[in-house]
Amino acid sequence: MAYQFDFLPVLDNADLLLQGAFFTLSLTAVGTLLGVGLGIIGAVLRAWRIKPFNQVFGLYVELIRNTPFIVQLFFIFFGLPALGVRMNEWEAAVLAMVINLGAYSTEIIRAGIQAIPGGQLEAAAALAMNRLEIFRHVVLRPALAKVWPALSSQIIIVMLGSAVCSQISTEELSFAANFIQSRNFRAFETYLVTTLLYLAMAILIRQLLAWVGRRFVVGGR
Amino acid sequence: MHKIQRHLLNLLVAGLALSLPSAFADSLSDITERGVLKVAVPQDFPPFGSIGPDMQPRGLDIDTAQLLANQLAVKLELTPVNSTNRIPFLTTGKVDLVISSLGKNPEREAVIDFSSAYAPFYLGVFGPADAAVSSLADLEGKTISVTRGSVEDIELSKVAPKGATLKRFEDNNSTIAAYLSGQVDLIASGNVVMAAIAERNPQRVPLMKLNLKDSPTYVGLNKNEAALLARVNAIIAGAKADGSLNAISEKWLKQPLPAGL
Repeated sequence: MAYQFDFLPVLDNADLLLQGAFFTLSLTAVGTLLGVGLGIIGAVLRAWRIKPFNQVFGLYVELIRNTPFIVQLFFIFFGLPALGVRMNEWEAAVLAMVINLGAYSTEIIRAGIQAIPGGQLEAAAALAMNRLEIFRHVVLRPALAKVWPALSSQIIIVMLGSAVCSQISTEELSFAANFIQSRNFRAFETYLVTTLLYLAMAILIRQLLAWVGRRFVVGGR
Repeated sequence: MHKIQRHLLNLLVAGLALSLPSAFADSLSDITERGVLKVAVPQDFPPFGSIGPDMQPRGLDIDTAQLLANQLAVKLELTPVNSTNRIPFLTTGKVDLVISSLGKNPEREAVIDFSSAYAPFYLGVFGPADAAVSSLADLEGKTISVTRGSVEDIELSKVAPKGATLKRFEDNNSTIAAYLSGQVDLIASGNVVMAAIAERNPQRVPLMKLNLKDSPTYVGLNKNEAALLARVNAIIAGAKADGSLNAISEKWLKQPLPAGL
């Protein structure tokens, strides 16, 4: 007998899915703000070789970029309590996302900073700009403008990767999907709706980041 | 052609007649005459029955079988079975008893008889000794780890108070890890899983706080074996009274035998 599609059991739980989607977006928002912030700090320290922090960040970047996200997450949630560091599932999820995005964005933004021609810095100095002004207008903004598409993609990847946080009982979108599926066994319907939700969220974030990029980074003052 | 079919039919009838235990058989006198008690035990379901490092079956069911054999003053012969073939082994007369973490349900009761219960098998909420939980209302404000979609998840979700937080994990190992690492106050699972924790982490053995669903295990016997059934029940009652069944439960399940069993 052919499979009988029935979306009603999924739509009955639409509130759970929407709440999960909201939590995924919230996790991503906090993770992005803190993660990119960490990335900017790391990128400057690495690009300008400020000892000993550039080496510390180098180690951190290699450690995070060469280990799976789920292992980092499990280490924070299940492992750290053995050392007396206990976080709930939301704190652990945010921390894992910040640490993860921080490492990737360090390298992405560092590439942007190193791509700035030396003459541009000399020109700024010749115009008697102070260090903060040089950093803001001559280093950071042009650097971010160069790598904005790559950074946007990485943020989307982190948003999609947050699905893994359901494994430590963080009740984001994938958790809601798994929960609904475990109650009504409607795997196809549940995961189809969830897939579409993730797709919509990814497009939304991409549009939002493109707008932020045009308005504040690449475009005018 | 017809001849062959008739032969086959004859063979089939003869086979059926041999395999069906006679309604008037007395297995108890057969066992004592033979001097051997044949018991079907699990081999893949610790702590009830598994193969030990010495390649011999060991577990709660094996100890219980040994107890029965000792009381009957006969030798014990074990037959390893799995959960799908354990009842056929009994109904075809290959074994005298099934002691294989067997729970009671109406479908099985139509085919075989059951002794009184000899071991607890239940789903419950477990926690450390100092957690003051004695009723569902006490779960208010507590966090409980549970494996998503499991029977205990469904049962607990039905009865847990609003203020209780259920943290649902993908599999038993994560559920246990969440409890052992202190990420949750309590854990909902089966007593068998608790025994597994006790084996690995004796310092944080969770104690039973609330019972969610009871399904104790029974010795399975063939129907119309009144003498054997009475004898098995007498031995179990005696072993409950003198504490030997409790000792087996403590040994394998790390929990005392519940009083009402």
